[in-house]
Amino acid sequence: MDRPVKLSSSLKRRLLLGGLTVLLFGLFFFVMLRSGPLAPIKVTVGQAKEGSLAPELFGIGTVEARRNWMIGPTVAGRVLSVKVDVGDVVVAGQLLAEMDPVDLDQRMASLDAAIERAKSAQSATAAQQADAVARRELAASNMRRNLDLADKNFISSGALESFAQAKASADAALDSARANAAGSVQDLNRAKADRAALAQQRANVRLVAPSGGVVSARDAEPGSTVVAGQSVLRVIDPASLWVKLRVDQGRSGGLAQGLKARIVLRSQPQITHAATVARVELLGDSVTEERIAQLSFDKAARGISIGEMAEATIQLPSTDKSLIIPAASIQRQGASTGVWRMELGKPVFALVKVGTASLDGQIQVLDGLKLGDEIVVYSQKPLSTGARVQVVDSIVKSAGSSGVAQ
Amino acid sequence: MISLAGRDILHSWPKFVLTGMGLGLLIGVTLSMAGVYRGMVDDAEALLTNSGADLWVVQKDTQGPYAESSSIKDDIVHGIEGMPGVALAANVTYLNMQVQRGSDEARAMVVGIEPGKPGSPAHLVAGRPLTRSHYEAVADVKTGFSLGDRIRIRRHEYDVVGLTQRMVSSGGDPMVFIPLKDAQEAQFLKDNDAIVNDRARTAANPAFNRPGVPGLLDAAISSQTSSHSVNAVLVQVREGFSPEQVAEPIRRWKHLEAYDRAGMEDILVAKLIATSAKQIGMFLVILALVSAAIVAFIIYTMTMGKIREIAVLKLIGTSNATIASMILQQAMGLGLIGFFVGKLSATLWAPVFPKYVLLLQSDALRGLAVVMLICALASTLAIRVAIKVDPAEAIGG
Repeated sequence: MDRPVKLSSSLKRRLLLGGLTVLLFGLFFFVMLRSGPLAPIKVTVGQAKEGSLAPELFGIGTVEARRNWMIGPTVAGRVLSVKVDVGDVVVAGQLLAEMDPVDLDQRMASLDAAIERAKSAQSATAAQQADAVARRELAASNMRRNLDLADKNFISSGALESFAQAKASADAALDSARANAAGSVQDLNRAKADRAALAQQRANVRLVAPSGGVVSARDAEPGSTVVAGQSVLRVIDPASLWVKLRVDQGRSGGLAQGLKARIVLRSQPQITHAATVARVELLGDSVTEERIAQLSFDKAARGISIGEMAEATIQLPSTDKSLIIPAASIQRQGASTGVWRMELGKPVFALVKVGTASLDGQIQVLDGLKLGDEIVVYSQKPLSTGARVQVVDSIVKSAGSSGVAQ
Repeated sequence: MISLAGRDILHSWPKFVLTGMGLGLLIGVTLSMAGVYRGMVDDAEALLTNSGADLWVVQKDTQGPYAESSSIKDDIVHGIEGMPGVALAANVTYLNMQVQRGSDEARAMVVGIEPGKPGSPAHLVAGRPLTRSHYEAVADVKTGFSLGDRIRIRRHEYDVVGLTQRMVSSGGDPMVFIPLKDAQEAQFLKDNDAIVNDRARTAANPAFNRPGVPGLLDAAISSQTSSHSVNAVLVQVREGFSPEQVAEPIRRWKHLEAYDRAGMEDILVAKLIATSAKQIGMFLVILALVSAAIVAFIIYTMTMGKIREIAVLKLIGTSNATIASMILQQAMGLGLIGFFVGKLSATLWAPVFPKYVLLLQSDALRGLAVVMLICALASTLAIRVAIKVDPAEAIGG
């Protein structure tokens, strides 16, 4: 090879090597500044907008029957028969089960005999009374006749006194007979009342449906012994199903009777049932820190089971117009709440006072921001005042598909 | 004067560049290994920082909630809120488990939080914070979940409503945040079969199922299924109080254990990840030694490869110092290329690692110093050989 060619080949090598070096260094510094600790923090920004929120309360609950009955005996006893089973529809007054009456029937028979005996006794006393009346009348006429004779001194005063005594005795005997008759009536009444009482008891062992409904539980079988107050059957009114809702105390502000709600049952997640807050209980649960409310279905729901879990969203009245920002932008530093406001491309922490939040992640700002202020919504890392940031559309690639307003 | 080193490099530049690249990849591996170690420690630090707490209140005589299991009742938080110097206190539960999404699942640490209180994720990268008190989740992006996914934790399904980043457990598992009550249920509630079996067991126990006392059995059963325990209470200290000042009365009067940030760091870094960190550290040391040896051998063989040329140089009267500086410059140049290629490759592949790899600037600078030092030391070996070479070899060969 001749000399000029050699030179140019050496120059080429130098250029190539120089180029490689520049490329390496360029790549190095580019990568250093794009990733790693020196890179700017990626953030997305949003604006404080004006609008009103439709705040909602969310709670979970279980389906319960508003009206349910526990049907059982009022005294301890043995179950004789159970006529219905779980799921049976019953009407008011229908015989559902019967307790063993033990000796009640025999005691009824005994009382029936006692009534008959009292009736016989009543006849006897009536006869005695008639006898006494007859005797008294005889004594009275004897007295009258002998009084005339004594007036004309045909008989001695001693004989007259004897007739007077006979009359007084007959009077007394009549009184006694009358009292006996009255007593026998009372005896009969008592025996009848006893029997009526026993008949009530006898009827009481028959467990009848107090109202129409569906049998929800069969707690005792024939032959088993139950105590007073224990249930043999449970009946519910299926038309009275409602949801007993538990709402976290911290988020229960505004919960009131009459609010509209949406209920989603666990078995039918695709169907939303309209409902109304029927009652807000005064007593909350201090252990679980929840408030309890009952929601009644606007239309009777089909195919739901008692004890099924339900999720409910209660709509609160819309708030007045105010500034609204995404709740994701709220940051807490110690005890203070604020947002990162963008000032000339740098984040600055601005203290804000927040109000109501909605379930879809919007929050009311009462103080601290102006309409149109740019704030950091999402950030890749925790921010600090004046940090280098790079504003991007979304940090996570799939975030664009979310329904969250920015 | 012409640069001997430069001329030599120009003479066989592909060999030089390729050697530098190879060396660079080796340095890159070493730097990544250091990054893995730093990442492990940083995972533990991130766990503590993200919880936003100054004090961790846990069961007495335990080192919970991360290193040991700890269980306290969830109403204790109210007592702690009333202690002097406490600004905020919040219940929290931690549960390591597989979270299911459809047919696939992700390893995650499920954290039960009270939204807006210590323990909840401080910044999101998408979506919104938890607003409902049940069945919503905020997941770390590392779980692979995206907004709108339905994930299954025990018996309930949760909607992923928010995504966060760099929220990990001390083991590097991404976190999934769910409302506290759901987490308590997930953690402490038994499965359905166990509940049914327990009910049967209770019903068979005559002490709980007395014929004369209707309702006793129901009461006994309902008392068994309650889950009012949490793993820890996170406390933020009021300004003007030191964490220790607040921790002392909690230990003394509440009969609980309270750790401040330093204590928790000690548990996490010195106890929980100590062995795995040492393992990585050991590997890092060996890798550094091997890299040093390889650099030394490369420079040595490079010099040995041109021993004849060096002999010629000597023959034409080049001084020993010039030859030594040529070898040293080449070694340093090789080290420099190696370092930049290494740092570049480590930075490029670090985000691909399944666990967090933290590349510190100080580690990089230290690495540069060590690489240059090793190159300088290795070149002395080659310089010795080059100086000792007999100029006669140039002709004798």
